[in-house]
Amino acid sequence: MSRSDVIIVGGGLMGCSAAFFLRQRGRSVTLLETDLVGRQASGTNFGNVRRQGRPIDQLPLANRAIETWRKAKELLGSDVEYLQSGHMRVCYRDRPENVEKMEQYAADARQMGLDLEILTGNALRARFPFLGPEVLAGSYSPLDGHANPRLASPAFARAAKRLGAEIHENTKMASAEKIGTDWEVRTEDGRIFHAPILLITAGAWGDKIAAQLGEPVPFATLAPTMSVTEPVPYAIAPAMGVMTPVEEETVYFRQVARGNIILGGSTRAVSYPDLYRAYVLPQNTVSQLQQIRRLAPALGKLNIIRVWTGIEGYTPDSLPVMGPSGKESGLFYAFGFSGSGFQIGPGVGETMAELIDTGKTDIPLAGYDIRRFAKA
Amino acid sequence: MAEPRVIIVGAGPAGVRAAEVLVASGVRPVVIDEGRRDGGQIYRRQPEGFTRGYDSLYGTEADRALSLHETFDGLKDKIDYRPDTLVWNISQGRVWTNANGRVDDLEYDALLLCTGATDRVMPVKGWQYAGVFSLGASQVALKSQAVSIGRRVVFMGSGPLLYLVASQYVKAGANVVAVLDTAPFFARIKALPKLLAEPGVLWNGIMLTRMLQKSGVRLMTGVKPREILGDPETGVSSLQFEAGGKIHEIACDAVAMGHHLRPETQLADLARCAFRFDSVTRQWLPVVDADGRSSVDGVYLAGDGARILGARSAEASGQLAAMTLLSDMGVAASDRWALRQAVANYARFATGLAEAFPWPHEQIADLADDVVLCRCEGVTVGEMRRVDASEANRAKAFNRVGMGRCQGRYCGLAGAEVLAAARDLPIEAIGRLRGQAPVKPISVGVAEDEA
Ligand SMILES: Cc1cc2nc3c(=O)[nH]c(=O)nc-3n(C[C@H](O)[C@H](O)[C@H](O)COP(=O)(O)OP(=O)(O)OC[C@H]3O[C@@H](n4cnc5c(N)ncnc54)[C@H](O)[C@@H]3O)c2cc1C
Ligand SMILES: Cc1cc2nc3c(=O)[nH]c(=O)nc-3n(C[C@H](O)[C@H](O)[C@H](O)COP(=O)(O)OP(=O)(O)OC[C@H]3O[C@@H](n4cnc5c(N)ncnc54)[C@H](O)[C@@H]3O)c2cc1C
Repeated sequence: MSRSDVIIVGGGLMGCSAAFFLRQRGRSVTLLETDLVGRQASGTNFGNVRRQGRPIDQLPLANRAIETWRKAKELLGSDVEYLQSGHMRVCYRDRPENVEKMEQYAADARQMGLDLEILTGNALRARFPFLGPEVLAGSYSPLDGHANPRLASPAFARAAKRLGAEIHENTKMASAEKIGTDWEVRTEDGRIFHAPILLITAGAWGDKIAAQLGEPVPFATLAPTMSVTEPVPYAIAPAMGVMTPVEEETVYFRQVARGNIILGGSTRAVSYPDLYRAYVLPQNTVSQLQQIRRLAPALGKLNIIRVWTGIEGYTPDSLPVMGPSGKESGLFYAFGFSGSGFQIGPGVGETMAELIDTGKTDIPLAGYDIRRFAKA
Repeated sequence: MAEPRVIIVGAGPAGVRAAEVLVASGVRPVVIDEGRRDGGQIYRRQPEGFTRGYDSLYGTEADRALSLHETFDGLKDKIDYRPDTLVWNISQGRVWTNANGRVDDLEYDALLLCTGATDRVMPVKGWQYAGVFSLGASQVALKSQAVSIGRRVVFMGSGPLLYLVASQYVKAGANVVAVLDTAPFFARIKALPKLLAEPGVLWNGIMLTRMLQKSGVRLMTGVKPREILGDPETGVSSLQFEAGGKIHEIACDAVAMGHHLRPETQLADLARCAFRFDSVTRQWLPVVDADGRSSVDGVYLAGDGARILGARSAEASGQLAAMTLLSDMGVAASDRWALRQAVANYARFATGLAEAFPWPHEQIADLADDVVLCRCEGVTVGEMRRVDASEANRAKAFNRVGMGRCQGRYCGLAGAEVLAAARDLPIEAIGRLRGQAPVKPISVGVAEDEA
């Protein structure tokens, strides 16, 4: 039997960064992970470290996260390939109303410390000559970027471990029960852990645990479609993406320093959280490639060498569940990041650590309260 | 019952014989092959317009090659043949193809994968230089284009293909300076009882070695490669190796390397077939029963794509799997006993070959840190040793070994050996790289076929 201040269930970016920041605050931490840390959504995602496009009241959290991304190498002692090379969000001619939305968003974002530049016409073409003829306008965020998801969570876990966190991989939580003031967490292989505080960062599996703990959340899991091309000379610095209400049109790409171009988005596949597996549907790959050619026709000349996917959990309002339980003291949640948790990940970990350690935070979390789903 | 939709992937000996069985029972299969012509690997047909005879192309196997080609020519209007067509993914009972940039998908009731094999290669210091080829690529250059890979060629590796391709080069008039086998000679003697399962094939092998000796080719066994010397501009200049306690160096401008074969199992993986570890060849193979069924209903495996049993066995296992498929679908029942026996006998022989010409895993475990392990991504043996992982896919996530164009076909098995030795784990504990679509690269420019 082992005891610590906090038990964290789920070793994605949320859990690993929370472990790291809790240790920085001197709290003892035990992290349980079914598989290996950072192998699920946090290790398979597209890698966009993008603030623009997020709900305006999420920007304080995103800004907090960007501070960590910028100093990740020194903070964690290993490179997570963070490139602050800009992010560009474009819209198509058949939805001109989006330009106005972009301008409005830029005005609101500026209040929150995020500077965006709206580009149209010649200025747009001169800066991004590879964009397709259907592209009407774009919103450029010079201080956003991208990072390598395969490296990020394991780097946080290693750093947390160096600071004294206990990381148990291949350890799946089976049940959690409040006994007196302590949580008793049992694993599938029969081990038992105790702590006064329990933090659930179980990603696309978070709803199952919340339901076990008496707080069901309406939830869906899906598998976004990813591809990567062969390496070509490094030429495109910013990550590019399409702003559209249509799922199929929602594609994005970024070039890594090694030269490969990573393609993401368009239609998503069913996933199998019980098996911890998801499979790319070929029809989604085909639709993604079609949409990518609309965005940047020249990419049509490249070859893709690999496709993959991961499992993401979505709530009906596409906002996460983040904050204290509505029912039990000593219980906290941070899951269901609905396809956009990578950038804010380190901010989520830091904020949850602050909340657990001090009982409060200035980061607005009201919109993420689990009680918003409780039936009236 | 509507006519069953059967798809065969691969038009080598396994696929062709399977198609023949299906057609004989009145089924019209779709036969897909990424090659321009049928024949598969060993019975690869020369491009139209080339006029070399069967004897010069196929040697002792000329009659078999002719028979296979004639059979396929006779089947062409009774099957739906799609050459030049890559199967790049399998999903939800459909096969996804890419032909000249057009994507199509085909539904199947039964799928027979006859995808053959590719070279198994051991990394050697300097193997990234121009002038280093796999045995397979060297053979293709000769069979398909009638060219040699160099003016002074060294063959290095192990396995029957090493001697076979070397002898084909000699016959074609190329300058083969040496054939260097990493296996010790006594291994052959020890494996003899199993090799006697196929006396005809064994005899052919012995004759090949004789022929090489008579032609003055230097033959050495028990060799340990040290380094392929050369430079990035001009390519290979010589080869250094150890044998009999001494260091040797041979000047050459090309090296053909290979250690037997590895099955092309990516499609079976995408079809979600189960795999098992084969301790004789130290690789993961798809689970297949004695009749050719995989672990997935409706998916069958035959030929070298299931396990490396050679071309003759591929013909038998192709027939066998097709018969099994027909009987499972209630189309036609037949007695499969003799074919099962034949395949079992080839399996005994193949075990003998694997013992006579073993994969030199100790040599791989022993490679120097600065040897390039993954050529696509330029990752060294040392980086593999230092990776914070002890499982193949996890290592790939961190150091990119197997992430490049070839998807680990050339580095996967060697990478697992390096990691196993560095962690002091049995090789099977390292696992296997999961297959990921597309099986071979496809263009971002692909267009969907109008239905
Ligand atoms: C393909 C894809 C592309 C994406 N692209 C982007 C992007 O570009 N930008 C962006 O911001 N976001 C992106 N996202 C979303 C982002 O990846 C996720 O929101 C984020 O990684 C979620 O992190 P997490 O830690 O909550 O979840 P995860 O990383 O999934 O971690 C949850 C962990 O909990 C573990 N677990 C579950 N149940 C238990 C249990 N009972 N006991 C122990 N452990 C358990 C799981 O094994 C898992 O490791 C993408 C997601 C996917 C899948
Ligand atoms: C390079 C090489 C050289 C060889 N040389 C000899 C030799 O000289 N003598 C000898 O006895 N044995 C040789 N062998 C072994 C021999 O080729 C095999 O035993 C025999 O060909 C196996 O027959 P098969 O039908 O299983 O596969 P193959 O003959 O390899 O046929 C497989 C076919 O499947 C097709 N295919 C595979 N994947 C896909 C896909 N995704 N989409 C579409 N089509 C696909 C390939 O194009 C190929 O035509 C060689 C093997 C290799 C790899």
